[in-house]
Amino acid sequence: MTGQGAAPSARGHGWGRGNARRGLWLAGLLTLLGLLVALSITVGTRDVAWPEIRAALSGQNETIGQAAVAVRIPRTALAILAGAALAMAGALMQGVTRNPLSDPGILGVNAGAALAVVVAVAWFNITSAEAYLWSALAGAAFATLFVYRVGSLGAGGATPLKLTLAGAATSVACASLVIAVVLPRADIAGGIQSWQIGGVAGATFDRIVPVLPFLAAGFVIGLACARKLNSLALGDDLAAGLGENVAWARIAASLGAILLCGATTAICGPIGFVGLVVPHLCRLLIGVDYRWLLPFSTVAGACLLLASDVVGRVVARPGEIEVSIITALLGAPFFIWVVRRQRVREL
Amino acid sequence: MTTRALPIDPTPADRDRRLARQRLTVAILGLLVCLLFGLTLVLGQSYTPPADVARVLLGQDVDGASFLVGTLRLPRAVMLLLAGFCFGMGGVVFQIMLRNPLASPDIIGITSGASAAAVFMLIVLSLTGPVVSIVAVIAGLGVALLVYVLAARNGVAGTRLILVGIGVSAMLHSITAYILSSAPAWNLQEALRWLTGSVNGAQIEDAPPLVLALAVFGGLLFTQRRNLEALRLGDDTAAALGVPLARSRIAIVVAAVGMIATATAVTGPIAFISFLSGPIASRLIGSGTSLLLPAALIGAILALAGDYTGQFLLLPSRYPVGVITGALGAPYLLYLIVRINRSGRSL
Repeated sequence: MTGQGAAPSARGHGWGRGNARRGLWLAGLLTLLGLLVALSITVGTRDVAWPEIRAALSGQNETIGQAAVAVRIPRTALAILAGAALAMAGALMQGVTRNPLSDPGILGVNAGAALAVVVAVAWFNITSAEAYLWSALAGAAFATLFVYRVGSLGAGGATPLKLTLAGAATSVACASLVIAVVLPRADIAGGIQSWQIGGVAGATFDRIVPVLPFLAAGFVIGLACARKLNSLALGDDLAAGLGENVAWARIAASLGAILLCGATTAICGPIGFVGLVVPHLCRLLIGVDYRWLLPFSTVAGACLLLASDVVGRVVARPGEIEVSIITALLGAPFFIWVVRRQRVREL
Repeated sequence: MTTRALPIDPTPADRDRRLARQRLTVAILGLLVCLLFGLTLVLGQSYTPPADVARVLLGQDVDGASFLVGTLRLPRAVMLLLAGFCFGMGGVVFQIMLRNPLASPDIIGITSGASAAAVFMLIVLSLTGPVVSIVAVIAGLGVALLVYVLAARNGVAGTRLILVGIGVSAMLHSITAYILSSAPAWNLQEALRWLTGSVNGAQIEDAPPLVLALAVFGGLLFTQRRNLEALRLGDDTAAALGVPLARSRIAIVVAAVGMIATATAVTGPIAFISFLSGPIASRLIGSGTSLLLPAALIGAILALAGDYTGQFLLLPSRYPVGVITGALGAPYLLYLIVRINRSGRSL
């Protein structure tokens, strides 16, 4: 991870060929995403025959099979959006903290957003999607600031261990508080308990539309920060020497990440590890230049979440496994792999 | 607790004074445990005179009190006492052996492993009885081995072990959450037992396995207490002092995991008791004396006081013990991280 920013310029003479290779990878990923979309619409808990799928796609909604397929369309859209948002948020956080273990789930940001939503539901009786959204964003922002503050105290700044521990402790604290808030309210406990296991099941376009502006803002801010993150990767001193306003770069990129994961958590509930896995895999494919890494991560994140959702629907028939459980089962070993790769002194 | 040097007593009289003070502290802790145990028996939603409680304990039939004390309060108090002992002692053993307060079994995933195994046995296979405890112990040992193996690369570094443990823990936690959410009789109280620990519905029949575990594994630890003290000084020093490193480490881990997993199979992973007991004991006692007994007593105090608080001091709501200890432990974890970060000591 250290010195990751040196790579783009060092590869200067191969720039053209590198770009062609990246373009090819991107095309491959987009094809994969298309395949997964098709799979997500055709495969599910219920087997639906081809004619019915075609009929459902053209808007019919008469048989049970057609209705089942019709439900899968918004679900697929939500999985794409959530995966893209979480992966980009993870990449942004890894860039801001220069920490290979950063992820909205691990750093407690999703848990903070979840706590804020639960408090808003239990104490202020909110029901509208907008109110969910604003409370989730506030919670995500607060948790980010808190974890980063605690994790960067002392000598050495924000090391992966300090940040991860601060994030894990914050997650546990938020989880305890969520239970304490929910327990006296038997009327909302069931709903919140199932929302706490993040997933994309039950998505409707009515619930997705309100978050679109926030996600769009997050994506735009994130992409606009790519160059700043490349400078940050060189270290604060060098970035400042290159004329970058380091504090401003951090604030902008963090704002993007908070928008993305707060909005996602508001509709899906907390989903972890996507933001950890995807940027790392993308770095292996296309290198460390954030101008490429961020768009790649969004596409690959959408692929990962969509694939996890399809797997969750297929492996436990007739039931379903929520997508956050699949991502944790895939992501936790990956997290351990990243930890093992680091030398002790870097941890 | 790791950096504190061995006490240097200028004169034998100083040493005697220190030992006397430490013995007094242990006696006070023991007295506190008895008081809290008595309080749980005497004072619940209604007051039962101590004389009646004593008669119930002696096996006499007392109108009203027999059910209240014998069926409701006694099993609860006994389970809290035993589980507190197990969590406290098992936790401090890990912290001493790995020379890091963060390396407690509830942070590095051993408790989550036992909990996931117990949930799997109880809900998926519908098994009850001693086999659940046995499988929980095996699962706990398996997780301990897994974390150790995954963290080993050119020797086990404490930081890497903790991070690997957090990853493993996240994975096991999501398995528990999935099994609970897909259980046919989804019930928040039952779920909370396995996610944060609870003694609601405790039965006196659950006590024998815990007593057995305490006797067997506690005895094993007692034989290893000198080796454990030596391990606290570092592996090289311990080896120089004649400790058979590999053999005594295996004995110590088996004993500690055995205790914690047996307790987890009955009460669920009561949050943070094993994490909190060791540092508190170390604060109160200082060094030069084995921390096993003081930590066990503090574990019992935390469990009894936490449950009493959750049941009767936060009315009108009632919270299971794990929510209270979790709400207590998470801030302490954050405080510990802040303090370690401030002091500039890398973890």
